[in-house]
Amino acid sequence: MSKKEDEITWKDIEIGAIVTEPGSTAEYKTGDWRSQAPTYNTDRCIKCGICQVFCPEGCVEQDAGGYFIANMYWCKGCGICARECPTGVITMVEETE
Amino acid sequence: MQNYSVYASRLIPKREPFAPGHRACIGCGEALAVRLACKALPQNVIIANATGCMEVVSSQFPMTAWRMPWIHTLFENTAAVASGVESALKVMARKGVRPDTGTKVVAMAGDGGTSDIGIQALSGALERGHDFLYICFDNEAYMNTGIQRSSATPFGASTTTSPAGKMSIGQKTWKKNVPAIAAAHDIPYVATASHSYPFDLMAKVAKGVAMPGPAYIHIHSVCPTGWRSAPDLSVRLGRLAVQTGVFPLYEIENGRYKLSMELPEMKPVQDYLKLQGRFRHLTEDTIREIQQRVVEEYEKIKEKAQ
Repeated sequence: MSKKEDEITWKDIEIGAIVTEPGSTAEYKTGDWRSQAPTYNTDRCIKCGICQVFCPEGCVEQDAGGYFIANMYWCKGCGICARECPTGVITMVEETE
Repeated sequence: MQNYSVYASRLIPKREPFAPGHRACIGCGEALAVRLACKALPQNVIIANATGCMEVVSSQFPMTAWRMPWIHTLFENTAAVASGVESALKVMARKGVRPDTGTKVVAMAGDGGTSDIGIQALSGALERGHDFLYICFDNEAYMNTGIQRSSATPFGASTTTSPAGKMSIGQKTWKKNVPAIAAAHDIPYVATASHSYPFDLMAKVAKGVAMPGPAYIHIHSVCPTGWRSAPDLSVRLGRLAVQTGVFPLYEIENGRYKLSMELPEMKPVQDYLKLQGRFRHLTEDTIREIQQRVVEEYEKIKEKAQ
């Protein structure tokens, strides 16, 4: 979307309330909902990708080294990846201000 | 992508037709189920989505989390809209208005929209034999409006309209068996799935959408908000529901039952119930009653699958 969510007026909205841009929620930051953040001990990572499969957000991406890391822009900190990781790579830590 | 029986998570398609940034609760199992189901759908697909959690969290106007054609329908007419879209595509191809591109139609609804409000439209669409796939995301109550009981709520669960107390044990009735109702229409494909078994889920969705004629898939999805469970336990709870036999995974292809996962040893239902706040008030006797019923139901399906 060219304009930010709070800048949109009625003039910018299509007739019939049609949404023309697919997947536009990707611009919406859900990362600030987080109270816990995943931290990674990549020494133990076997790059299996299970955290990516089970992430409800779909925010886990592979970095240049092939490790699966959550994108903090969207990560809501549910901790499913830490719970499901077979080798215990991920630990959840409290978010600080 | 083709061979889901191999447990290799990295073979799952990387594309995300259900975009991140949606407003689902932290640890939402339904969002995970939708995301996995969308990955298994083909490129040419139109989705008719009933009112419910997934509509509310994914389409906060003027944004949308969907990267495929999507239409919002009411609770009661999801299957009717999907069958209309399917018929329109067929007629337009016949009249030469629009070439036949093999576009598939998928209807998505929650358990309330399927087992209570939308069952009439669903039954009609299944009976008329439209070529579409109906997916029910079952989180066992009306979570979107504040955890009211639906007919898919299991026995003993405490919700805001079936509260547990001195005179009540919570939900008094057993879960409605919607897959059996769908199967009673003699449709080509009916299946149950769980987001905790992603390969099984994706294989079933891919099979259901490719099947000519109506198909119905019932996906059990954990709701940490309504079930009063920890958000990080969502996937584990889904797995426990299958392992304890509370939600057996099976498919019915042209009337033939097949268990997707045999359970030589069922875990006690206590393992599943104790992790959820909505079952916190249950006494030993009630849990024994639930255990008995779960075993009975599982034996019934097992018998049919032989």
